[in-house]
Amino acid sequence: MSLDNQSVQGWGFVTPALLWTVAFFVVPFIVMGAMSLATLEGRTLIWGVSLANYAEIAEKAYIWRAFLVSLEITVTVTVVAVILAYPLAWIIAFRVPPEWQRLALLLAVLPFWTSYVVRSYAWLLVLAREGMVNQAMMGIGLISEPVTLANTRFATVTGFVHFFVMLLTLTIYANLIQLSPNYRRAAMDLGASAFQTFRHVILPLTLPGVVTGAFLTFVLCIGDYVTPQILGGNSELTVPQVIMVQLGRRADFPLASALAIALMCIVTLAYILSARWLRLDRL
Amino acid sequence: MMRVLPWLYLIAAFGFIYLPVGTLVLFSFQSGTLPVPPFNGPSMRWYAEVAADDDLIAALANSLLIAFGSSAVAVMLGFGAAYGLARHVLPGSVLMRGLLIAPLTVSYLIIGLGLLIVLTRAGFGLSLFTVAIGHVVINLPLAFAIIYASMGAQQHNAERAARDLGAGEAQVIWRITVPMVLPAIAAASFLSVTFSWDEFIIAFLLTRFDVTLPVEIWSLLRSGLSPQLNAVGSLVFLVSVTAVILLELFVFRKRRS
Amino acid sequence: MTAPVSISALNHWFGAFQALKDIDLEIGAGEYITLLGPSGCGKTTLLSVLGGFITPSQGTVRIDGRDMTRVAPAKRPTTTMFQDYALFPHMTLRDNVGFGLRMAGMGRRTRNDRADAMLDLVSLADAGMKRPHELSGGQRQRVALARALAVEPDVVLLDEPLGALDLKLRRAMQDELKSIQRQLGTTFVHVTHDQEEAMAIADRIVVMNAGQIEDHGPPMRVYRQPASLFTADFMGEMNHIPAQTGHAGIKTPFGTLDHTTDHQGPVVACIRPEAIELGDGPVQIGAARVRDAAFFGTHVRAHLVPDAAPDLVLIAHLPPGDVPEPGARLTLSAQQAAFHVYPKGD
Repeated sequence: MSLDNQSVQGWGFVTPALLWTVAFFVVPFIVMGAMSLATLEGRTLIWGVSLANYAEIAEKAYIWRAFLVSLEITVTVTVVAVILAYPLAWIIAFRVPPEWQRLALLLAVLPFWTSYVVRSYAWLLVLAREGMVNQAMMGIGLISEPVTLANTRFATVTGFVHFFVMLLTLTIYANLIQLSPNYRRAAMDLGASAFQTFRHVILPLTLPGVVTGAFLTFVLCIGDYVTPQILGGNSELTVPQVIMVQLGRRADFPLASALAIALMCIVTLAYILSARWLRLDRL
Repeated sequence: MMRVLPWLYLIAAFGFIYLPVGTLVLFSFQSGTLPVPPFNGPSMRWYAEVAADDDLIAALANSLLIAFGSSAVAVMLGFGAAYGLARHVLPGSVLMRGLLIAPLTVSYLIIGLGLLIVLTRAGFGLSLFTVAIGHVVINLPLAFAIIYASMGAQQHNAERAARDLGAGEAQVIWRITVPMVLPAIAAASFLSVTFSWDEFIIAFLLTRFDVTLPVEIWSLLRSGLSPQLNAVGSLVFLVSVTAVILLELFVFRKRRS
Repeated sequence: MTAPVSISALNHWFGAFQALKDIDLEIGAGEYITLLGPSGCGKTTLLSVLGGFITPSQGTVRIDGRDMTRVAPAKRPTTTMFQDYALFPHMTLRDNVGFGLRMAGMGRRTRNDRADAMLDLVSLADAGMKRPHELSGGQRQRVALARALAVEPDVVLLDEPLGALDLKLRRAMQDELKSIQRQLGTTFVHVTHDQEEAMAIADRIVVMNAGQIEDHGPPMRVYRQPASLFTADFMGEMNHIPAQTGHAGIKTPFGTLDHTTDHQGPVVACIRPEAIELGDGPVQIGAARVRDAAFFGTHVRAHLVPDAAPDLVLIAHLPPGDVPEPGARLTLSAQQAAFHVYPKGD
């Protein structure tokens, strides 16, 4: 078996995918990086090395506030979604009889397959002043006037949490089911209660999987344009919305690029902080 | 009480999960003009409007075209890369794997923005074709990861046996490798089609005139709440759910038996 | 510390499948019992019932005289050593071994001391700060034992503990298990499918098949005078000789055996390979042709076709001298007591 011949063949198979990734992912990234250092004079693009765009991010209130808003929303969503999804995954993995688990899981994530745009729209319907939630609350006498729930941060967070609870239930369930059942049996055999088993054995063992899911949630949430745009109203903007504003009216590619790079930095920071537990290959 | 608590939570969770979808489907049959309570008796009027909406039908066709087209390309490229890296020891393979998987951690908005900048600066027009390019970028890492993970010692040995018996490289791939990793290929294809079909931001950024379904729905949204949107959404949901159920029945059941 | 176990009228079904049939067993305090049988015989199910992981459909389990049938594993005076050891990968060995003590509310200093003492007992002193993944299979097995013993249970249940080890290690561990059990006096119930292991280690062997107890007793008795055909075959190689009951005894191709049996009709007379002797003897098997023979170190294992019954092939363990050629002729015989007679289709 001549090593050269094999290597050439190997390269032949891998190269197309590599070329595609380089051409349509790496190159755009590099160009975007260069673009973030460019400036816009009126309608003319001037290439160069200027930190004007990054300065603008730091100075303009409506921009750096957007970063705060994005972070607040994303962290809230991640924490709430994990807290809601873990018990759900647990119940499906350990309380639902084994023959029914696949079905239960499937049912729990089925709404995943409504179009993303449509699902946010559906929440708008549910949370509208004339919508289900308000009608229900007035019906049982909790409130006398409809409450504004849509076009608020609450609506954005709810929409996000809805989506990510389904995603996290799936990933956490996959994690829980991989654990040998003997871990729980051994713990209980040695005198641990259900809560002690969870706290000392199950939780530490599933933490890497949870952190991976949380990281994924963080990345997807912070970079999302659709949900805040449909549900958030105009009182506050998130970073993706600010980026789209630059693209729309002003066609300000340099600023948009700088914003994108800044967003990437935040994601990278999150990755570094969670790298200790992160196992992307175990997704 | 402790016995009942998990089941109460399960019911509450499912209630939360199905609230929007339930509302969506229920009010798609609304006979009035507003998709909010009260529900005035079932009517197929909005489904009829959807069927009559040429723009929607065209968008649907575009979505299908891009979904299947870009998935085919992504799966082929991903398979090739997985095969090449799993079969042969190449220098820097760790780096290559990292590079191929990298796009998974980047927001679609940023990927779309990058492509938008490059394509417009290069004078390349925006169209469904550019959308498809973007969709291959986001689906290739997934296809690669799934297929690569399923290539193990078992079919490595089967391939060796085939070569030993005189099969050429193409035959080995077609007759041995592909059938053995078919579940992974199926899963990768299914996920790619799903992600592409549902994808909004890249499709929004990288097209000019012809739009995909999510983008068309977005435009409709601009004109306000309407049961027609419910109807479209419910149809999309129905199609996706049917596909998932079919997949579950035929692909995953078969694998278990 | 230690306690007797009493199992009565135990029956258990998984759906329509009956896994345990009318199990009655008395285990004395401090006994080392092995549950021996092929896969699917119910030995692991029985162990799970003893451990409290399965509540039996019918019957009772008493430990130290108290009814424990429906008591949860945490509240029983038993601990189980699992087949895959189930050591907690994220804890040190010391925390693993001390886990049960922690659950019982013991303070950190005391339980660390106890854990170290237990690790010392299984010859892993000073390894307390290591983690399971740093250990070999044999070492992990010992930590699992230490963890089970740390809480001072009355009964230790072992589920095929030595299955994952290679032969030499297995033999060493059998000796260690036996010695630790002797030292502590705790009742041990040990599941295995290896009859040699059972004989090496047990005070009493319980042979199980298809959910029932076929035989139980000290290793020598179960091997030499097996109570059923299944037990006879499972404990070691057996030659099967078809025979008939007659009014004078059991009629075989090699003469009449003076055994008595209540059974009428066809029976099987069994004899161990090592019980077949060369030369003349009380039961004359007669002349036989060597089909093949191989040297096995402690004996020569030979397949022989007797003239008196040419469609039978007997396996015999001959003295470890010269290996006879195929076709050679030998004279064989045996003692009356070496034969065991069972109803056919037992």
